[in-house]
Amino acid sequence: MTWYNRAKPPLGKGEKRGVPEGLFIKCEGCGEMIYAGEFEAAWRVCKKCGKHHILPGRRRIGLLLDEGTFVESDASVQAVDVLKFRDTKRYRDRIKAAQKESGEADAIICGSGRLNGWEVELAAFEFGFMGGSMGVVVGEKIARAGERAVVRKCPLIIVSCSGGARMQEGTFSLMQMAKTAVVIEEMRDAKLPYISVLAHPTAGGVTASFAMLGDVIIAEPDALICFAGPRVIEQTIRQKLPEGFQRSEFLLEHGFVDLISKRSDLKKNIAALIGHMSANIPPENRPPQQ
Amino acid sequence: MTIAFLDFEKRILELENKLDELRSLSKLQDADFSSEIRKMRKKLKQVKMETFSRLSRWQKTQLARHPARPYAIDYIKELAPDFVELQGDRLFGVGPSIVAGFGTMESRSVMFIGIQKGRDIKEKMYRNFGMPHPEGYRKALRLMKLAEKFSKPVVTLLDTPGAYPGIGAEERGQAEAVARNLMEMAALRVPIVCVITGEGGSGGALALGVGNRVLMFEHSVYSVISPEGCAAILWKDQSKVEEAAEALALTSRDLLENKIIDEIVREPVGGAHRNPMLAAHVLKRVLRRTLGELSALSPEEIVGQRRKKFRDMGVFFEQLQEK
Ligand SMILES: [Zn+2]
Repeated sequence: MTWYNRAKPPLGKGEKRGVPEGLFIKCEGCGEMIYAGEFEAAWRVCKKCGKHHILPGRRRIGLLLDEGTFVESDASVQAVDVLKFRDTKRYRDRIKAAQKESGEADAIICGSGRLNGWEVELAAFEFGFMGGSMGVVVGEKIARAGERAVVRKCPLIIVSCSGGARMQEGTFSLMQMAKTAVVIEEMRDAKLPYISVLAHPTAGGVTASFAMLGDVIIAEPDALICFAGPRVIEQTIRQKLPEGFQRSEFLLEHGFVDLISKRSDLKKNIAALIGHMSANIPPENRPPQQ
Repeated sequence: MTIAFLDFEKRILELENKLDELRSLSKLQDADFSSEIRKMRKKLKQVKMETFSRLSRWQKTQLARHPARPYAIDYIKELAPDFVELQGDRLFGVGPSIVAGFGTMESRSVMFIGIQKGRDIKEKMYRNFGMPHPEGYRKALRLMKLAEKFSKPVVTLLDTPGAYPGIGAEERGQAEAVARNLMEMAALRVPIVCVITGEGGSGGALALGVGNRVLMFEHSVYSVISPEGCAAILWKDQSKVEEAAEALALTSRDLLENKIIDEIVREPVGGAHRNPMLAAHVLKRVLRRTLGELSALSPEEIVGQRRKKFRDMGVFFEQLQEK
């Protein structure tokens, strides 16, 4: 189910490393050379063409949460290579390399913090870690984030950015689709808001589980959002896909996302929606002035 | 008549043909071949046992896809001869890759939901080779809710290469249909028993696979991706299917060891297609016992057991910190 296969290393390598100052970044949309500092300050959105580049998980947290409020959870949960999987490389070595490259333990970062004053549980994918693929660690951390949200009575926000299930964990990774869906169902049972944000790209087993189950689903502009990847479909039907197929605007048109939000408006939009869906949120999890 | 067979079935078929020859010879001529026939039968049994106890994971995958393998309708007919098919998702279409409806299995009213690959080319086309569109999954969900309304158990029979990767399927929300089924099945207040009968193709199978019990036929497979897909992506070489199948650990035995499934349904020697009636009979016995066990649980216990089962899937490492 993981189809997304990068030809070149990811642009972002985590906040810790960032982009060295003084460098220029070439926009993936219009080809414009952008000064790295400016690019980062604009949350990796091109000022000229509006292209939303992949944002590392830690920066996503910086974008959405009030400064200094983030408390990370489950940072030490790590993958176990139960199947002793080996393709052209050993899975164990791939994990080590991905940890080194991304600076993260696995493909997701979870924790709590305030979003315009609202206490939330937040899970943000790290695409730089094996294409944001979902294995047991990602499934487990999402499940725990949802369970904490239920216990603490606060909203859950998941920002997806993932190629899908992680093949190297075989059927274990497939089962994470069911595991996460079970916990989202518990969120529904508790009548607490779950907002699913879809960033480019969101595919395969991630789309086909918690990502499509949000009370509200928000997509970033021009994000690829799909079950089967475009290449798989092209191979199956033996024809080229139309322009814009499986992009955010296409999903909006077909009724599968609630709204498209620019990255600069994302925090504001989420906060407003939480306000409307906050009937069961206790005072301690609300903004102080309310 | 030509029967489709796999490479590793060749020797068995040869022996079977020889045995048939001996039998007809002994009928035609008035000679006694009984000791030869006995020897031949013994040999045949031995070869079958040897062949099928030693299959590689790729060979198991081929067996799971065997064109003569019994399909959902074959099993349902045996399990519940009075089966009434119910069609349509009440939203868009029929979803013909999935066959569903009520049937009586030994005086128990059951909602059967099976993925059907199709036997001849015409049926294969109609069933889309067992690759459901969203309508199929939505129909299945509608009927699971119907079963819940009248407190009837659900049995799903799964055999699919995967959910269909096509333009229409994506336009009509394949991902949403799969995701919704996972969530709604987690909450369904009646017992669900899922049986992988052939190919458990990734999310396309899991979309009907969230059960209180998950069973696999002995020679079925269940995987996050096909060996072909895995070889193409990770090895970047379509020919590495054997390596990919090995790495994916997709056989019934692998999944039982990894505690992803609950039980293996034994098949007749040589595979379910060698004796479909016997395979259906064994399945009926297992379902009788399993549904019997689950019928003793309250709706709350049914939901709780299923939730916990899937909540706890997977192994990870965690450094516990002192507080
Ligand atoms: Zn640009």
